[in-house]
Amino acid sequence: MTAVDVRSTGPAGPPGIRPATLAGRAGSAVARQGVLVALVLVIAFGALRYENFLGAYNIASVLAYNSMFALIALGMAFVIMTGGIDLSVGAVAAMASVISALLSPHGVWPALAGGVAAGLAAGLLNGVVITYLGILPFIATLATMLAANGTALLLAGNQSVSVSWDGSFIELGQGVVYGVPIPALIAGAAYLLGSLVLNFTAFGRTTLAIGGNEEAARLMGLRVARVKVGVYVLSGGLAGMAGVILASQFGAGQPTEGAGWELFAIASVVVGGTLLTGGVGSVGATLSGVLLLGLLFNILNFENGRGVISLSAYWQSVIRGAFLLLVVVLQSRLTAGRGN
Amino acid sequence: MTEAALRERPTQPVRGMRGLVRDWGAVAALAALLVFNALVTPNFLTWQTFNINLTQVATIVIVATGMTLVIATGGIDLSVGSLMAISGALAPLIFKGALFGPLDPVVGAALAIALPIAVTGALGLFNGVLVTRFAIQPIIATLVLFIAGRGIAQVMTNGNLQTFSNPSFQWIGLGRVFGLPVQAVLMLAIVAVAAWALRSTVFGRHVLATGGNERAARLAGVPVRGVKLAVYAIAGLLSGLAGLVVIAINSSADANLIGLGMELDAIAAVAVGGTLLTGGRATVVGTLVGALIIQLVRYTLLANGVPDAAALVVKAGIILLAVWLQRQGSAR
Repeated sequence: MTAVDVRSTGPAGPPGIRPATLAGRAGSAVARQGVLVALVLVIAFGALRYENFLGAYNIASVLAYNSMFALIALGMAFVIMTGGIDLSVGAVAAMASVISALLSPHGVWPALAGGVAAGLAAGLLNGVVITYLGILPFIATLATMLAANGTALLLAGNQSVSVSWDGSFIELGQGVVYGVPIPALIAGAAYLLGSLVLNFTAFGRTTLAIGGNEEAARLMGLRVARVKVGVYVLSGGLAGMAGVILASQFGAGQPTEGAGWELFAIASVVVGGTLLTGGVGSVGATLSGVLLLGLLFNILNFENGRGVISLSAYWQSVIRGAFLLLVVVLQSRLTAGRGN
Repeated sequence: MTEAALRERPTQPVRGMRGLVRDWGAVAALAALLVFNALVTPNFLTWQTFNINLTQVATIVIVATGMTLVIATGGIDLSVGSLMAISGALAPLIFKGALFGPLDPVVGAALAIALPIAVTGALGLFNGVLVTRFAIQPIIATLVLFIAGRGIAQVMTNGNLQTFSNPSFQWIGLGRVFGLPVQAVLMLAIVAVAAWALRSTVFGRHVLATGGNERAARLAGVPVRGVKLAVYAIAGLLSGLAGLVVIAINSSADANLIGLGMELDAIAAVAVGGTLLTGGRATVVGTLVGALIIQLVRYTLLANGVPDAAALVVKAGIILLAVWLQRQGSAR
């Protein structure tokens, strides 16, 4: 059992044994297929209903904007697969955006390295506190969130920090290579690597084993402590990367942006069928989850553009929440039957 | 960490230094802070400073009391801040007449207090239904309303700031009882009732039993589902009340800001206060002490010229330190 799992509402099994993972796994697999089907349906709906939905401009802007959330959700997926959680990613991304904006006059590489390094450091702090001090991931990463938020505000002097427009730093977030936005390329590469790591390396297998049963993983001689620290470092580094893109895309380091990103990332991961109890998960389905939640917003914009309805941007939260509700209720039905 | 949590039983006394740290650490820290401030911070020992701190901490404590009960059952409620936004956005719509037309001021104020609290109570019940009926993990179940709730509040007001002046309604945020702010009196009353309920009633026993070992509780005849429904509903009711207090103090309601980040403040207060985050051991008075510690540290830093942003970093350190000390107190 893991920290988050303790709060699960299912009937508590004997210590250390997760109830009926088989049903859970089956449900999760259906959910993972389901999210892909839903994504295809949403895209088909958009393509038929709106003229420019599949236009190059719309695709590029959806990809560019959602690549930040995609990066954060990827790290979150790894953390959640170990049965942990990382609430600090939004604040860490904001802190990284400030640091990279401050470094941007020195060129694109120092800015990039600075932002990512800040994220890695925050992730390392999370990993060490959780693994070696034995503090619940929820609380440890909550503390890091506050600390990162405070650091970002201190460094930025409580306001957004304009980036240098001379160098190539803004290319990172706004540039296009062969018609594909650079942030989307970065996110795509990260997902490809993430998928390879999860499926074909000892790190990936250990990640899932820890989430399945941490004690058993330890008894099998897996490097539990090292991998647990590793997933938080990964999550922090990806959040740092997202922060660099944020600064570059919007032309400023934003110390208060990123509030609530962690929970949207968790929602994406859950929509992607990764079980919050750990042990099961998929990198590809997480990406589908991110895109699905992102496209809901996009479709809302198109609907407004047609003038048939006029829904303010505030509806996007309501719709996302309702969608999350639909997904978790469906998942709960699919995994039902494991004794109540 | 989980092994330790599982080994722990609510009634098992922990003796020696460790037990002392666990049971009295937070109170000692609060006392140390008070003494430090009395010596160092100018004008600390004044009625005004006392009231400012009470006013600022009251809403956090009101929400954190509900959170304590939820966490005691082994759950968590992320939706509290969004529920505050809903009640805070709804109340002015009622007493300003946008919803039911013009009302008698007193009737309007009463309705503007009762209806929003009823709505957030119902939404809390909805959280409880997701957790019990659908067996969705609390963190995800309440994430739904965390995301959707603020959106609902923004949609109700179209994201606009509502300003108002309504003395009979604003009494809950600006009034005084025996010289104390009304919300501080509300806070103390709520803490007292919740502490008594947790300690001395069957309901309290059921809450702790549910969090300690859910299966054993169920086998022992504890109505686990009913208990969980109740704690989420209570958390919803208290969040609604806190949202009303916030807008009454500000004379304005901004759905984008009411209760923003409150879930984390409340959880931090609960954790610092010594409630076991995995459920089964809880103290409402501890939560009050925890919230006071966080508030006083912030006040101390601000009063001595440290910027607010740095206070956040210090707050992070305190939360970690408190939880780590409690872990030292309860492990082994």
